[in-house]
Amino acid sequence: MSLALLAAIGVGVLMSCGIYLLLRARLFDVVLGLTLISYAVNLFIFFMGRLAVGKPPIIVGSLPQTLAYYADPLPQALVLTAIVISFGMTAVLLAIGVRAYAENGRDHVDGNQAP
Amino acid sequence: MSSDVITLILALPFSGALLLMFVPTEQRRLSGWLAGIFTLGACVLLLLTAMTVFDGTVVRWRVEWLPSLGVAFGLRLDGLAMLFGLLILGIGLLVVVYSAYYLSPADSSPRFFSYLLLFMGAMLGVVLADNLLLLVVFWELTSLSSFLLIGFWRHREDARQGARMALAVTGLGGLALLAGVLLIGKVVGSYDLDIVLASKAVLQKSPLFVPILLLVLLGAFTKSAQFPFHFWLPRAMAAPTPVSAYLHSATMVKAGVFLLARLYPALGGNEVWFSVVSTAGIVTLLMGAIVAIFQHDLKGLLAYSTISHLGLITLLFGLDTPLAVVAGVFHIINHAVFKASLFMAAGIIDHETGSRDMRHLHGLWKYLPVTATLAMVAGAAMAGVPLLNGFLSKEMFFVEAVAVNSHRLIEIATPIASTIAGIAAVAYSMRFIHDVFFNGEPVFGPNAVNKTPHEPPRFMRVPIEVLVVLCIVVGMFPEVTVGPLLAVAAQATLNAPLPTYTLAIWHGFNLPLLMSVIALAGGVGIYFALQKKVNLHTIAKLPGDAKLLFDVFVENLTALAATVTRLTQNGSLQRYLWLIVATCVLVVIAAFVLFPSTATPARMLVGSEVANPAVIVIALIGMTSAVFAVINHQRRLTALLFLGMTGLVVAFAFVYFSAPDLALTQLLVEVVTIILMMLALNFLPKTSKADTGAVRWRDATLAGLAGVGVAWIVYQVLQRPFDSIAPYFLQTTLAEGGGANAVNVIIVDYRGFDTLGEIAVLGMAGLIVALLLRDFRLPNAPSDGQFGAKTPGNARVSLLLSTVTSLLMPIALMVSIYFYLRGHNQPGGGFIAGLVFAIALILQYVAVGQQTAEAQARLHYPTWIGWGLLFAGVTGIGSALVGFPFLTSAFKYFSFPVIGAVPVASAMFFDLGVFLAVIGGTMLALATLGRLGQYGTGHVNDSVKTGAA
Repeated sequence: MSLALLAAIGVGVLMSCGIYLLLRARLFDVVLGLTLISYAVNLFIFFMGRLAVGKPPIIVGSLPQTLAYYADPLPQALVLTAIVISFGMTAVLLAIGVRAYAENGRDHVDGNQAP
Repeated sequence: MSSDVITLILALPFSGALLLMFVPTEQRRLSGWLAGIFTLGACVLLLLTAMTVFDGTVVRWRVEWLPSLGVAFGLRLDGLAMLFGLLILGIGLLVVVYSAYYLSPADSSPRFFSYLLLFMGAMLGVVLADNLLLLVVFWELTSLSSFLLIGFWRHREDARQGARMALAVTGLGGLALLAGVLLIGKVVGSYDLDIVLASKAVLQKSPLFVPILLLVLLGAFTKSAQFPFHFWLPRAMAAPTPVSAYLHSATMVKAGVFLLARLYPALGGNEVWFSVVSTAGIVTLLMGAIVAIFQHDLKGLLAYSTISHLGLITLLFGLDTPLAVVAGVFHIINHAVFKASLFMAAGIIDHETGSRDMRHLHGLWKYLPVTATLAMVAGAAMAGVPLLNGFLSKEMFFVEAVAVNSHRLIEIATPIASTIAGIAAVAYSMRFIHDVFFNGEPVFGPNAVNKTPHEPPRFMRVPIEVLVVLCIVVGMFPEVTVGPLLAVAAQATLNAPLPTYTLAIWHGFNLPLLMSVIALAGGVGIYFALQKKVNLHTIAKLPGDAKLLFDVFVENLTALAATVTRLTQNGSLQRYLWLIVATCVLVVIAAFVLFPSTATPARMLVGSEVANPAVIVIALIGMTSAVFAVINHQRRLTALLFLGMTGLVVAFAFVYFSAPDLALTQLLVEVVTIILMMLALNFLPKTSKADTGAVRWRDATLAGLAGVGVAWIVYQVLQRPFDSIAPYFLQTTLAEGGGANAVNVIIVDYRGFDTLGEIAVLGMAGLIVALLLRDFRLPNAPSDGQFGAKTPGNARVSLLLSTVTSLLMPIALMVSIYFYLRGHNQPGGGFIAGLVFAIALILQYVAVGQQTAEAQARLHYPTWIGWGLLFAGVTGIGSALVGFPFLTSAFKYFSFPVIGAVPVASAMFFDLGVFLAVIGGTMLALATLGRLGQYGTGHVNDSVKTGAA
């Protein structure tokens, strides 16, 4: 199996699992699902910079500064902030979930099912 | 000079409209004067440029608007625009004078004049626009402002309905026009009028030509009330009469034929144009003329007559010969002049008698001799009586009808249909004159003529007098009066040399003259025959009103909308989620099916190699964990643990594929996320209810499809070569950013502004969590198993853990600072350092209990967020102050013991801001959720309360 195929399948599986959990539409499951989707999306963006093994984008004096010797730093920078932001999003969702559950005692996002 | 004048001409009505909005309602005289002055100003300016235009020069003014889309705000004054400009401003001025006397004290006159000037400006914009998109913008503006004007008496049901219908029909046409214009732009490559008009060959050869033509015609026909879109115009008669005189004779409805004239050089001259435009024209001409005879409402008669005359103009453009175009342009002028005066006369009659019903209005000659004389002259012009302007263009029309060169049947049918329309026109003109001014005595009564009519104020009649004089002068001396204007306008319309024509009253005895005679004699005969035999007054209503169709259409549309809403928007978020995901999947499938990739995948640089077995195993662990998380999702804690496992594998993927910074970040975020979720799980059900099997399968299928789609896209993309801007970052990161770690330099320097936004978001997320849960009482506080100590008196503190963590704290702090300092050159930086610090604090919380920990450290996280944002922001402003763009980094190397040479870049201060904001945001969220368990029923998070205050 080529690395590219492995990477593709990995992203696909994470996405599938995430969407399935999201569609369960219960407070905690939605958060779990979104976390899995964030993994998938972060990897997706990261992989758009192509796969590079053993070439971290940290400049060493002697190497030519091209993509043949370094991984693409731009998707990495985008994903780094995305990871932190997704934490913020998870926190807000959980807070809403906790508050919503405490106020109406329903676990479902539509608020119409008992736990 | 003259090029700037045209912007002023356009700006004046809009400025006037704006100014009038601030005039108090009771200032009736002031608002009339203001409207008059602004209109007069624009009119005078237009006349000043007239000499330039009459010399054949096209006056232009242009400023780039959206250069990337090829849209310029360009104005262009040629002969055709000049003609329409004169109509708009000239008749506009007369209408303003007339309205000043027409409006009653109950009407808000500033509002009326403001709408009127708004419409005037929009209409000027349509005729002056040098860019088709700009034309569409003004076109829509005329629809909107006419909606306001028709619905001016908003307390009246019929006014509101009429306004709504006019807007629906003309708005629909406007959308079609927009689509047509966009297609023109696509074919021609420009929206500039000059280029489009010169692209006849390109346009007419394009396979898109027929759609373009039909869309543009839809716009023109709806606006100019051509059959079958004519029905809105009679309903728009609910408008105040000056509005009808202005919009429904001279301007708004002429916008459609203006469009035909404007685009004639590009779209005309072919079979489709001829058949569609002339058919619409001839049907409208006949239908309008015949229906007009049977109207009882004075304005209704005029409305159908207008429809008929617009049909005549459309037919002339449809006949597709240069001479017919000249005749069409000529009739635009003549119709505007006599119809505006007739509407004004109708307004006076309505004003003086309180009725517009021709079953009640008779014998007004005795009461209003002057108005009656004026109306009779204008009515005669409408009928096409010789020595009046209407006769001339009608003769030219008859000449063209006879000269049609097409199928034999059409050659015979056109002159006959034209003559019938001519007869009908004479008949309805007769009805207007005979029924209203003669034919017995007025019917007095509360619902009929409710007062004894008198002549109106002097200046209310002046506008009519001006127009009627024009009818006569043009009718008698066409060559010297209207000749030059017609020539320059027709020339601009044709965009080619003018054909030879003579504007004479007498062309000798010929077929067109015979047709005129038949029309006049036949019309008079038919009118009196109808009055005698059937008595027009007893005919209640004509069948087959298109309004019914419109109503049915609107009803069905609403029902359809309701059905779609019921199916998709039933209020269930779960349903919406499903639909959104399903739509995404469908779009991607459609894209793959409709646009199959033809490019052969190039050789991959990396990734085609066979994966290392160890890597495969680790990837499998990650995927399996994700699947297990799904399988176990009803046992939430278990699912959470599997999720954490997947997160670790994701971090591994980052390590393996050369992204150490990402791996560190992922690892640390994973830790805080899992802690946060466990905290939250405390206050949420620990299990999830199972769905039915069918629902599960449905969702699993969709999720599976989505996953396959995403995997497919990733695989396809990875096989293709790509072009990256990465080398720029790699080459400049050391020299310009002062750091070897390209990722960190991008975050704090190249894309520093983004990062500033992102830490702001993180900080806000923390604050949202804190505020959502502030003052929040947990109704059923969990009894057991909390994070940290539950209540102050019940702190369960592990001695071992607390001892270890108190030793660990300084070390964690050191590590954190180390990561922060080296971040510019090695994996690390503010984000990572901040997360390390936050985790150390959390450990402290776990060990000694939240209250103790907070008491020891006296941390107030909102302040941290604030300081962080301040640091990051001030660094940016600092660089701006010394003359660099916001957030430009400056740097210098300093040697530190142990760590080595550290570049002290201003970006370091920025990163310090990131560090503080990350700690603040993360800890605020965690601490807030943690505190929920602490006070089962009490207030939480006093620190936020005081902090926010």
